Amino acid sequence: MSDGLLAKRARGFVPWALPVGLLLIWEAASQLGIISGRVLPAPSAVAAAGWRLAVSGELFVNMGVSALRAAVGLVIGGTLGFVLGLTNGLSKKAELITDTLLQMIRNVPHLALIPLVILWFGIDEAAKVFLVVLGVFFPIYINTLHGIRTVDPQLIEMGRTYGMTRFELFWRVILPGALPSIFVGLRYALGFMWLTLIVAETIAATSGVGYMAMQAREFLLVDVVVLSILIYALLGKLADSTARLLERTCLAWHPAFQSK
Amino acid sequence: MTSAALRLDQAVPAYRREARDETSSDGRPGLSVTIRNLEKSFGDNRVLKGLDLFIPSGQFVSIVGKSGCGKSTLLRLLVGLDKPTGGAFWFGPHADEKPDSSAVRVMFQEPRLLPWARVLSNVEVGLGPARREPGARDRALSTLHGVGLGDRKGEWPSVLSGGQRQRVALARALVSHPRVMAFDEPLGALDALTRISMQGLLEQVWRDQGFTALMVTHDVAEAVMLGDRVILIEDGVITLDLKVDIPRPRRRGSPEIAALEGRILDALFKDQRASEGA
Repeated sequence: MSDGLLAKRARGFVPWALPVGLLLIWEAASQLGIISGRVLPAPSAVAAAGWRLAVSGELFVNMGVSALRAAVGLVIGGTLGFVLGLTNGLSKKAELITDTLLQMIRNVPHLALIPLVILWFGIDEAAKVFLVVLGVFFPIYINTLHGIRTVDPQLIEMGRTYGMTRFELFWRVILPGALPSIFVGLRYALGFMWLTLIVAETIAATSGVGYMAMQAREFLLVDVVVLSILIYALLGKLADSTARLLERTCLAWHPAFQSK
Repeated sequence: MTSAALRLDQAVPAYRREARDETSSDGRPGLSVTIRNLEKSFGDNRVLKGLDLFIPSGQFVSIVGKSGCGKSTLLRLLVGLDKPTGGAFWFGPHADEKPDSSAVRVMFQEPRLLPWARVLSNVEVGLGPARREPGARDRALSTLHGVGLGDRKGEWPSVLSGGQRQRVALARALVSHPRVMAFDEPLGALDALTRISMQGLLEQVWRDQGFTALMVTHDVAEAVMLGDRVILIEDGVITLDLKVDIPRPRRRGSPEIAALEGRILDALFKDQRASEGA
C-alpha cells in the first residue's frame, strides 16, 4: 500500500529530475569558473536578478504586459479562426469563396510582415496584437476545419434518423466530434502565440518581457537576458498546461484521456 | 413434420399473419408495411428494380441476399435515409397517412453511439424531441434496464464491449416505442456467443413490444431462427418469399430450422452456379 504510494510520488518527481540536475551542474560549473559569467550567468545570479526586478516591480509590470498582449491576440485570432473554420467546415459555398485567399495569406510567414506592421501601427500595442492574431489564427482555423470535416458521417446519419434539428446536430454531434482536432489547433496556436510575441517585443516595443531582454542586452546584463528567456519558458509551459487541463476536462470521454 | 409446414408465397400481399397481440403493452401495435414497385438507381446502376412487398402488422421479416443485391438499400429507403427513384411505400393501412417521426427506427451494424455522451444520454437521443418532456430520463433508464445495462448508465461508450454497445443502440432505438424496426445486420460485427444471446434479446423485445420488424442479415440460420418469414432479394427483386412456421421458442440447430436453411442456401447457390455457367 505505502509502497504503491511511494512509487506514485516518485513518478511525480521523475519528469523534474533532468531539469533540476542540469541546473545543479550549471551552478557548479559557474561557481568553479568553467563557464564565464559573461557568457552564461550562474542560476543563482539569474535568481538574484529576478529578485531584484521583482522587488522593483519592473518584472511583474513587464510580465503582465506580455501576458495581456498574448491573451488579447489569442482571443481575437482564436475566435476568428474558430468561426471561419466552422463556417467553411459546414458550408461548401463559404469555403469556395474564402479558402483560396486564406491559403495564400497562410503561406506568407507572418513575421515577414513586421516592417509593414511597424509602418501601419507604429510600435503601439496594436502592432503586437495584430501579429499574435495572425500567428494564432491559422493553426486554429485549419484544425477546426479539419475537425469538422472528419466527423464520423455515420454519426451524422444516426442523428438525422433520430430527428435531430440542424442545431442539435451541430451541438451534439459535429462540435464534440471536432473538439479533439480543435484542441490540437489550440496547442499549436499557443506555441505560435509566444513565438510571435517574443519576436515582436524584441523588435518594436517599449514594455514587455522581450523589451526587458533587449534593454538588458544594451547594458550587458546577461543575467536579465537569461531571466527573460526563462520567463518565456515558464509562461509557455503554463499556457500549455492550461490547454491540457481544458482538454482533459472536455475530452474525458476520449479513450486517450481515461486513466486506467 | 407438420409443425414446420412451409409455404412459398410468390404473390405478394397474399397472406396476413394471424392477428398476434394487436394492442401491445403501450397501445402502439406494429404498423404494416406496403411497398409498391419500389425502384432505386445510383446513376446508371439500378439497385432496386420494382420491388413489391406487403408486411402485415407485427410480423418479423428476415431479408437475405448476397452483397450488393439491394437489401440494405431497401432498408435505407424505408427509414428515409435515401429517396426512391420510383414507386412508393407506406406504413399502416392508408397510403396517405404519415406516421409520427418516432414510429420507424433503424439499428445499424455499428452501434453509432455518441462517444462523448454517457450511456444513458445516448439512449435519450432515441426519444427525439420528446427528450425534454418530463419523465424522459425514467423512460430511457427503464429501457436501458430492459436490455440489461441499467447499472452501466453513467459509463462512457468506449469502456463497453461490442455486444454491450449494440445493446445500448438497441435501447436507443426502442425507447420511443417504434412501430416498425429496421435492422441492418445488427449482429454482424459480434462474436458467435454474443450473437446468440443478442438474437434472444431481439426476439424478446419484438414479442414484448409488438413492432413490425425487418432484419437484413448475411446469416441464413439467424434469418430462419428469428423470422416469421424469410425473403431473398437477388439483383433488385424478391426471388423467394418463405414462411417460417416453426413455433417459438425455436431451438437452435433443430432439423426444421436446418431444412429451411438448406432450402434458402440452395436458392442462393443455384443462382450462383447459373451465373458462373453463363
